[in-house]
Amino acid sequence: MTRNEAVRTAERVARESYGRLVAFLAARTRDVAGAEDALSEAFASALRMWPTDGVPDNPDAWLLTVARRRQTDALRRRQTRSTGEEHLQLMAEEIEDAARSAAEIPDRRLALMFACAHPTIERGMRAPLILQTILGLTAIDIAAAFLIPPATMGQRLVRAKMRIKDAGIPFTVPEKEELPERLDAVLDAIYAAYTKGWNEVGDAAPELADEAIWLGRLLVSLMPSEPEAKGMLALMLYAEARRRARRDIDGAYVPLDRQDTAVWDPEMLRSAEQLLRQASAGGPSGRYQLEAAIQSAHTARRMTGADTWPAILALYTHLERLTHSPVVTLNRAVALAETDGPEAAVALLDTLAPDKRMEDYQPYWAARGHLLARLGRKDEAYAALTLAIGLSTDGAVRHYLQGRIGQLADG
Amino acid sequence: MMLIHHDEPAMAAADQKQLWQDYAAFNEALSKATGASSGERLEPAKSATTVRTAGEKTDVLDGPYADTKEQFAGYFVIDVPTLEEAVAWAKRCPSSRFGSIEIRPLHVPQAGSWK
Repeated sequence: MTRNEAVRTAERVARESYGRLVAFLAARTRDVAGAEDALSEAFASALRMWPTDGVPDNPDAWLLTVARRRQTDALRRRQTRSTGEEHLQLMAEEIEDAARSAAEIPDRRLALMFACAHPTIERGMRAPLILQTILGLTAIDIAAAFLIPPATMGQRLVRAKMRIKDAGIPFTVPEKEELPERLDAVLDAIYAAYTKGWNEVGDAAPELADEAIWLGRLLVSLMPSEPEAKGMLALMLYAEARRRARRDIDGAYVPLDRQDTAVWDPEMLRSAEQLLRQASAGGPSGRYQLEAAIQSAHTARRMTGADTWPAILALYTHLERLTHSPVVTLNRAVALAETDGPEAAVALLDTLAPDKRMEDYQPYWAARGHLLARLGRKDEAYAALTLAIGLSTDGAVRHYLQGRIGQLADG
Repeated sequence: MMLIHHDEPAMAAADQKQLWQDYAAFNEALSKATGASSGERLEPAKSATTVRTAGEKTDVLDGPYADTKEQFAGYFVIDVPTLEEAVAWAKRCPSSRFGSIEIRPLHVPQAGSWK
């Protein structure tokens, strides 16, 4: 076997096993950083040895055995004989057993995800932590996607892992009464990673979207009876199916209503529809199912020409009651413009105007500008569209809005 | 404080009307969201004069202090609570497309620290 082949095998194993092995190694000790260290040493050994010795039949077991040795060495150095030895022995035996029958290494990734999205972990760090511990992404990659300096991201990840250890955050899937709220935190973290990847058109971003979808699939496979996990995966797939249609061949921004539906990915849409159906059959509708249903209605509207705006409006009204989010109100206003006309929509937007969060929220000003333009309130439309341009980070969106301002002057 | 460094040839090659329209829109959005903020734009680096005193000897030279691709071009000051928000504004700023924007917190002197 060549060195390259060994490297590729190690990378493939890393991708498939990284999170499973971290979760397993950290489950008892709660020491995520220690588990990652031990595992990265094991991967380094693999890269050294596999090119000459060949790839072992069960690479997971091999990695686990080496990592286990590193981990117990490190623990032995830290723990005193009287308090630690017995516990250590038990743990070493458990890992040894698992390594021998590594086809069935217990999958504790779900527990690890719940630990990473625990309420005592800072909200903004939950997604980065899951991306690192489950997928093995580096702090540098995560920092690039989250627009944070790498050193800062590194420090925050280290602090979050310390917190898991010091606060004794349990590596368990929460009990029934606690589950809905805790699951929301896991879903929100994965979805936050997806929206980073969706909003940015840069190089690092689409990869992050793929990683988030991979995590979504993993979550659905680990919690097959959980409708919201399916709802979130469906929502991500609806968005992802349209990714390529968002820009024309010149790179110009294309709004949903002008997108070429032939460019939408039919496979992803089918799979999203199926997940949504299963989710709706599976229990009460949560936030992600409702948002996925809205995307399903938009898809039907564009594919069949049916007027699904009343359904979209009803779904947003339901979602607004559930979330009390100004972003949902904004979207409801856009739907309202299609059912009741732009005047009613602007009146609804006016209720959001005092909200400080709207001041630098680009979609608010863009929607406001479009609606005011439809009402012929040109000066106000110009002011709103100008703010929307100033708040855009995407050149294609800026260009589109500049075109809209141009139409104001013409019409 | 946002310290703006421009690649001046790249900046000069851009559509100037578009660029300054974008800048006007950015300034509107910034002042609407964060309140009035101060800032200045500088003339290009070739107009610079650099003064340096070493011991008794003072040199006065034409040109900027360092001959780098990106030159200091101006600054603006914004008042936001987190680095993330500062990065978001730097990303929106048209200058970030023609060079780099260095973000630094303003120094807040501790009471009595320089007695």
